Amino acid sequence: MQLTNRSKQVSNKEMTLAEKMYLPAVVGGLAITIRHFFRKKPTIQYPEVKKYLGPVYRGHHILKRDEQGRERCTACGLCAVACPAEAISMVAAERKKGEENLYREEKYAAVYEINMLRCIFCGLCEEACPKQAVYLRHDRMVPVFQERDEVIYGKERLVEKMDDRYIRVANSEVKATPTEPSLTRAAT
Amino acid sequence: MDLTILIVKGIIILVIFGITLLIATYSTYAERKVAAFLQDRIGPNRAGPWGLLQPIADAGKMFFKEDFIPSQASKWLFILGPCLAMLTALMSSSVIPFADSIRFAWNKVNYEIPVQAIEINIGVLYIFGVVSLGVYGIMVGGWASNNKFSLLGAIRAASQNISYEIALGLSMIAILMMTGSLSVRAIVAEQASFFEWNVFTQPLGFVIFLTCAFAECNRTPFDLPECETELVGGYHTEYSSMKLGFYLFAEYINMFVSSAFISALYFGGFHYPFMNEVGSALEKSLGAIAGHNLATAIQFVVFFGKIFFFIFFFMWVRWTLPRFRYDQLMNLGWKTFIPLSILNVVVTGAGLLYNFKYATWLIAIVMIVLAVMSTARAPKQAVIPQRS
Repeated sequence: MQLTNRSKQVSNKEMTLAEKMYLPAVVGGLAITIRHFFRKKPTIQYPEVKKYLGPVYRGHHILKRDEQGRERCTACGLCAVACPAEAISMVAAERKKGEENLYREEKYAAVYEINMLRCIFCGLCEEACPKQAVYLRHDRMVPVFQERDEVIYGKERLVEKMDDRYIRVANSEVKATPTEPSLTRAAT
Repeated sequence: MDLTILIVKGIIILVIFGITLLIATYSTYAERKVAAFLQDRIGPNRAGPWGLLQPIADAGKMFFKEDFIPSQASKWLFILGPCLAMLTALMSSSVIPFADSIRFAWNKVNYEIPVQAIEINIGVLYIFGVVSLGVYGIMVGGWASNNKFSLLGAIRAASQNISYEIALGLSMIAILMMTGSLSVRAIVAEQASFFEWNVFTQPLGFVIFLTCAFAECNRTPFDLPECETELVGGYHTEYSSMKLGFYLFAEYINMFVSSAFISALYFGGFHYPFMNEVGSALEKSLGAIAGHNLATAIQFVVFFGKIFFFIFFFMWVRWTLPRFRYDQLMNLGWKTFIPLSILNVVVTGAGLLYNFKYATWLIAIVMIVLAVMSTARAPKQAVIPQRS
């Protein structure tokens, strides 16, 4: 019975003298390796050169603001429910008078925390959010942390800055994952 | 002996010693770089420009690692092992003629001193003596570790070295017959013109010598003393820190010395085509002393070019061929190389008798013809009936 057409016939035939002398095969092997010696190396010098991982890469979390700088999140908790790793937690609060330029709707997240030790970057929070408030940036990774108390990201690290707005575009010109904010600044 | 000669000799010995150590150190770097290039990688490039400080970083690490001696090991032998390996490796570099000679005048006396640590008439015998002592380093280390795997590795190393030393010596004998001298310098001098390089007159001897040199250095594909799959680490399983470093370092010095000997015995040593013409032209234009010394410097550079090529070749082979199985290794040594090298000696002798230097080409041609014929007559691959 043949399962694939990749199977190879094996035989234990006697070696010819040329094969027994090893030398032709040795020279052949040496020729192969010396060709590789001069070949272009595919290595990417990672910390210095970063590869563009595509628009679907899931990196650093961000809590979006709208065009007028108001936070979109209404603390509905759907992201926390959708999160399989239970990394997201929040405390909701009611918008006071005079805070209309800060929060878009009457309810907002007074505390919004993501535990980066738990997060598995599955992107389900992004999909669950009805307000398009939470995104995983395609262009920035979560930085390395050394201390355990650095790993719970509060609002100060998640809410986007108005001078560094995030939009997701499939930009074929971007070859590497940019680390400078200027490259990802939104047009709006 | 004249004091000036002593001082100059001392300087030459120091320089050769330093060069040997430096090349051995940077061979470790070169090995990693060559390995990486052959495998489409980049290799060490973090420490210093292009990773050039990597050997120093490695040495620092070796020195600061814990120096561990197993409680059941015999302590002094355990320390002696790596020292012996290092000592014999370093000693063997002393009879290599690196270049012709340097000339200078001092106190109205003309001196001419060969660029060689010790010029002795029995250079080849000396080298065989010292190289065969090298196995003691491994043997003592393996024995003193008080570990079955180390002992097995050491025994394998000893039997391998012995079986290859015979073929190594026999393939050398053909050259000694042609030169009529045991001095390495005389053998090099014999190969003054390009087509009399021993690689052209002794093709079979060269292949045997090269292969045996690989086995003597315990380098892949003959690195059977150390074998992770069946012997944990081989003879140096119990060694750590700089003692292990010494063993590895000795291997690289051996590699350098072997490369130097391959180029001295088979590739004309410091000779290069039109050397005499270049030398006399330099002497004419720069004066006898300066011209001669410059010509010597060129010879030095040429010789090192050959050595570097063979060091590269050692690495190239290491990252091409897999390790031999032990019985294959023994078969190759005893059943193939020893008969072939005896045949080589006989044919060379016959050639000398009838004054035909290139006689050993006959063996090579016969072997090539046989090989081609056997390929042409090779039976078609047997078809194994498929299970239904």
